[in-house]
Amino acid sequence: MTITDSVRSALEQAPALDKVESHLHPTGSFDVADHTVPTGREEIWRFTPLKRLRGLHADAEFMPSATSCTWNTPEGVRIEGVSGDEARALRGISGLVPNTRWAARVLAEVPASLLVDVPADTEVAEPIVVDLDGKDVTVTEAGHVALRFGRHSRAVVVLNHTGSSSVAAVVEVVVGDGADVTVVSIQDWADDAVHLAHHQARVGRDATYRHAAISFGGDLVRMDANVTYDGPGGSAELLGLYFADAGQHIEHRIFADHTAPRTKSNAIYKGALQGEKAHTVWVGNVLIRKVAEGIETYEENRNLVLTDGCQADSIPNLEIETGEIEGAGHASATARFDDNQLFYLQSRGVSEQEAQRLVVHGFFNDLIRKVGVPSIEERLLSTVEAELAKNVLKDTTSGAGA
Amino acid sequence: MSKLVITDLHVTVDTEDGPKEILKGVDLTINDGETHAIMGPNGSGKSTLAYSIAGHPKYTITGGSVTLDGQDVLSLSVDERARAGLFLAMQYPVEVPGVSVANFLRTAKTAIDGEAPKLRTWVKDVNGALERLNLDATFSSRSVNENFSGGEKKRHEIAQLELLDPKVAVLDETDSGLDIDALKVVSEGVNRFRRREGKGVLLITHYTRILRYIEPDHVHVFVDGKVAESGGKELADELEANGYDKYLKAATA
Ligand SMILES: Nc1ncnc2c1ncn2[C@@H]1O[C@H](COP(=O)(O)OP(=O)(O)OP(=O)(O)O)[C@@H](O)[C@H]1O
Ligand SMILES: [Mg+2]
Repeated sequence: MTITDSVRSALEQAPALDKVESHLHPTGSFDVADHTVPTGREEIWRFTPLKRLRGLHADAEFMPSATSCTWNTPEGVRIEGVSGDEARALRGISGLVPNTRWAARVLAEVPASLLVDVPADTEVAEPIVVDLDGKDVTVTEAGHVALRFGRHSRAVVVLNHTGSSSVAAVVEVVVGDGADVTVVSIQDWADDAVHLAHHQARVGRDATYRHAAISFGGDLVRMDANVTYDGPGGSAELLGLYFADAGQHIEHRIFADHTAPRTKSNAIYKGALQGEKAHTVWVGNVLIRKVAEGIETYEENRNLVLTDGCQADSIPNLEIETGEIEGAGHASATARFDDNQLFYLQSRGVSEQEAQRLVVHGFFNDLIRKVGVPSIEERLLSTVEAELAKNVLKDTTSGAGA
Repeated sequence: MSKLVITDLHVTVDTEDGPKEILKGVDLTINDGETHAIMGPNGSGKSTLAYSIAGHPKYTITGGSVTLDGQDVLSLSVDERARAGLFLAMQYPVEVPGVSVANFLRTAKTAIDGEAPKLRTWVKDVNGALERLNLDATFSSRSVNENFSGGEKKRHEIAQLELLDPKVAVLDETDSGLDIDALKVVSEGVNRFRRREGKGVLLITHYTRILRYIEPDHVHVFVDGKVAESGGKELADELEANGYDKYLKAATA
């Protein structure tokens, strides 16, 4: 058994964890009436500026959608909006039992679901791209998406969010035994969008699940990306890349719930912040249950603070109920530009702006490669570039050295 | 032309107890095509001199001047100094994760020349420079200095020297931490640079062994923030034999 010091100390503090545990997996319920409207003091809401959620967390009306939804349909894949009994049957397929009022409302009230169905043994070569383009920010709406991947299937699904929208969305993912699945969610919203999202995945025996959350735009984005395991040998890679500008609130939470032995979770979230009141939150919850012997988990969050006035909250949280683990660890760091890195690059003739750009590119580079979808790599790099242009590249004065 | 003139240079660093003077009046002139060796004990301020010439923000110039071909270097930003023709091979080269050597070199070359290098010849130039320094082609795709061994970092610095082709190169203990083979490879790299027209070299070192491969025109003993004595090659031999004791005593006296 190899465990890091942080985990060892978590083990030693085991009694104190009981309280934390209660917020990780409170008993959920499909019944909306079982959930009260959050006040903001709850552990899971304490960072989120509820006032800016336009009531999505509470009882905002779920109006007819003002979001255009289009997709490509590679051969062998079924993608369509379903309603009635078929939609109802999809609610909770990921094992999700809502622990928030808003998620319970989405499951109970949204009439239709978008179903992406990849049959067993199907290998889909090209990414399935679902474009969600918000047209009216004053329309509060909700959506339910079911991504079902059969045994031994292989596919990439990209949920691409653009435009202006106020949306609460639950995405349920079922990864069949032995399947190899990537789900990428890109939040490239306009400045005024509000997006509350819960992505829940059930990872089958020996299956590989990769989830990438990429958040650039929006006034407020909060996404919970959760994983449970259906059987031993499942592996989940939870990736995140975010870039918060002035006034933006971007909050990512993950929860790897090791519900089966010999499962793996590996989370890496990287963020950059620039501008007054840019606020990012990362909460990395990992629970290793008693049954989950021989698991491996590692989670990491790194933030690069580019200007004054930003705030990056980073909270790794490991709960361990069995001593029989292969490895567990976490890392969290928030830093500014490293003077020595910038100096080194500048001493090779590179301007300060260009040096900063290189450092930020380098910071995100390995993560972008990990997403493993070549067709979006280029786009991610250029979006990073565009974000940098807003601030870092804009008003740098090249002061005389020394 | 490449003439670096350092006149009465005074430099401080900020410490918890306020500014501390490290350089206490350095005078040094490197004429066109000359190689000068600076030798001195630990903590005498050699790296401070190198960094101050390059413009590291940690150091504050409190007096004196540095000119390159008559141009005031101290009023330039770090990158402007590099574009003016100064190069610093660092004692501890910095890791830049996620930025490939290829990208780094191309960006630097483009910045220095003011235009992107021609793709065909450039790739050949880079591979050639790496190869001459015993760095295999995979280094191109590795992150700058990340997980490089100490010796690889130093050889990578000299590969940059060859490719960026400055007027004056300041080499801060490029020889330390090298085994004898690497020392030869690095020395050959520096000598190839010196053979180019009118290149100046300021070679900072602890040890005389590198001077067997890179023959200096002048040797300076650096003690307590300034040049204590200057001479020819024979001064290095004397230091080899007698060490810095005599200078240290004089400095504390
Ligand atoms: N931030 C600082 N606070 C206090 N003293 C400092 C600081 N930075 C540098 N110094 C001191 O400045 C002096 C000169 O350092 P420098 O690195 O220039 O020496 P050096 O001659 O290059 O030594 P070496 O041979 O070990 O490389 C040293 O005594 C060092 O301790
Ligand atoms: Mg030094």
